[in-house]
Amino acid sequence: MIDDHVTRHVARLARLALTESETAQMQHELSAILEYVEQVQELDLEGVPPTTHAIPLENVVRDDVPTPSVSVELALREAPEVHGDGFAVPRMG
Amino acid sequence: MALTDLTAEQSIAAIAAGRTSSEELVTAHLARAEHDDWNNFLAVDRDAALARAREIDAMPQRPPLAGVPVAIKDALSTRDLTTTAGSRILEGFRPIYTATCVARLEAAGAVVIGKTNMDEFAMGSSCENSAYGPSLNPWDTARVPGGSSGGSASAVAARQAPWSLGSDTGGSIRQPAALCGIVGMKPTYGAISRYGLIAFASSLDQVGPFARTVRDAVLLLQPMVGRDPMDATSLEWPEPIVLPTAERLDGVRVGVIEELMGEGIEPGVRAACRAALDRVESLGGTLVPIGLPHARYGLATYYLIAPAECSANLARFDGIRYGRRAEGPDDLLEHYERTRGEGFGPEVKRRIMLGTFALSAGYYDAYYAQAQRVRTLIVQDFAAAFAEVDVVASPTSPTVAFRLGERTADPLSMYLSDVCTIPVSLAGLPSLSIPCGLSDGLPVGLQLAGPAFSENRLFEIAHALEGVIGFDPSPPGVAT
Repeated sequence: MIDDHVTRHVARLARLALTESETAQMQHELSAILEYVEQVQELDLEGVPPTTHAIPLENVVRDDVPTPSVSVELALREAPEVHGDGFAVPRMG
Repeated sequence: MALTDLTAEQSIAAIAAGRTSSEELVTAHLARAEHDDWNNFLAVDRDAALARAREIDAMPQRPPLAGVPVAIKDALSTRDLTTTAGSRILEGFRPIYTATCVARLEAAGAVVIGKTNMDEFAMGSSCENSAYGPSLNPWDTARVPGGSSGGSASAVAARQAPWSLGSDTGGSIRQPAALCGIVGMKPTYGAISRYGLIAFASSLDQVGPFARTVRDAVLLLQPMVGRDPMDATSLEWPEPIVLPTAERLDGVRVGVIEELMGEGIEPGVRAACRAALDRVESLGGTLVPIGLPHARYGLATYYLIAPAECSANLARFDGIRYGRRAEGPDDLLEHYERTRGEGFGPEVKRRIMLGTFALSAGYYDAYYAQAQRVRTLIVQDFAAAFAEVDVVASPTSPTVAFRLGERTADPLSMYLSDVCTIPVSLAGLPSLSIPCGLSDGLPVGLQLAGPAFSENRLFEIAHALEGVIGFDPSPPGVAT
């Protein structure tokens, strides 16, 4: 069960603006989902290692050879706002 | 027979025999993709597709896929062709590069005709989370095609394309294939490069084919498999992927997952799967009951791991480098929050919130770390099963296609759609769904899964079963 305070805190961490009604609904739905997924806590997992990837891999390396990359023009093509050769962002608060 | 009724394999043969051309095939499928009664296409690339078809027709030596058209899930980046992943936040986005798997298909002679509808960022099991409206099921347009690759599955069933690409994180290829009465395949994790696949949950995401026959799915998979320097998790493939020819199953041991054949599975689905599995024995194979004791924790495990990974992956959508940005904010934090709040739909927000919570200070060990350990138990369950059998089998989906709107009010009821496919995904195994019959006039899918790298074996078994099942993948309402 998570409360209104935790819901707002998580939304801030996730950089999501939620309306008041979205926040209330989210709190309700997340609580129901968490109640379900908490069944993973009923197992005794002492000594069980975590799985991060199902197919284990050794270190994957490649030769460090310079190759042509994306042009500045192409990299900026989809940007909502451009400033000179860069992406334009609002000021930091 | 209409050109759009041909399988890809038949189309390749017809082109080789001079009975048709890539241009004719592409033209016929474009006409159906543009007359889209099922909302399957988010973009149709008519001019480029026809130009490429003519180019292939003029080649003295045709590439192996001979100019046969293909539809691509909108989660895969295609250079200069709109790619939205079903999200408002990527409306109008034109990628600056093409996904490796799509580039390899194009090099092998497939012609991309368009991009298919999907649940936003591949999060969903019905296509109803698309920001562009749901795709519909060709077997009954009041019902969902499944998801998240709903448009790709529906398009193949509706003969808008002979085959297509989807992506599968927890069942997003296999479940819509089952609901639309076609073949859908998710290869071993790492078989196909994820470069250019818009990421949902990176330890689970895999690209794979949809087709109306097992052999077509194999033909589409072949050129995509193998290492790509752009994806460090992609693998050197140990052996060539070969076209299956088996008609018998002598000596093959098929494990029936008991936990997925009982409670929670619709009776009609169970009956169709049982009937199909009975055919295993008529072909000389053996059925073995198999237990996966931790399979019932699969859904809970998945709904911690996948949202956790998605909350990190979707941090990139910030309205700065590409995509839509909120109008107005002159402060960076407010810009992020409003861009993402306005750009993401409800299910994506829910998963980002769930994942952010599961990874946050104070909760990480109780949720995310715990889920990763349960994942180990599920991997071990499958390893124990494969000591006894060659493949395991279960229904692909606990139900046939459900009605639009039936599960949208309750997120958990929607999540249950993937209860049979998720354990396989957590273990990274190759798996496919083949149609095995009808229940109340709607298709039922049988899921088969094998050990990592057992693709060839899996295809032989699926091909032999497909032959004896003899399913007709023709939705009654779809004109031929």
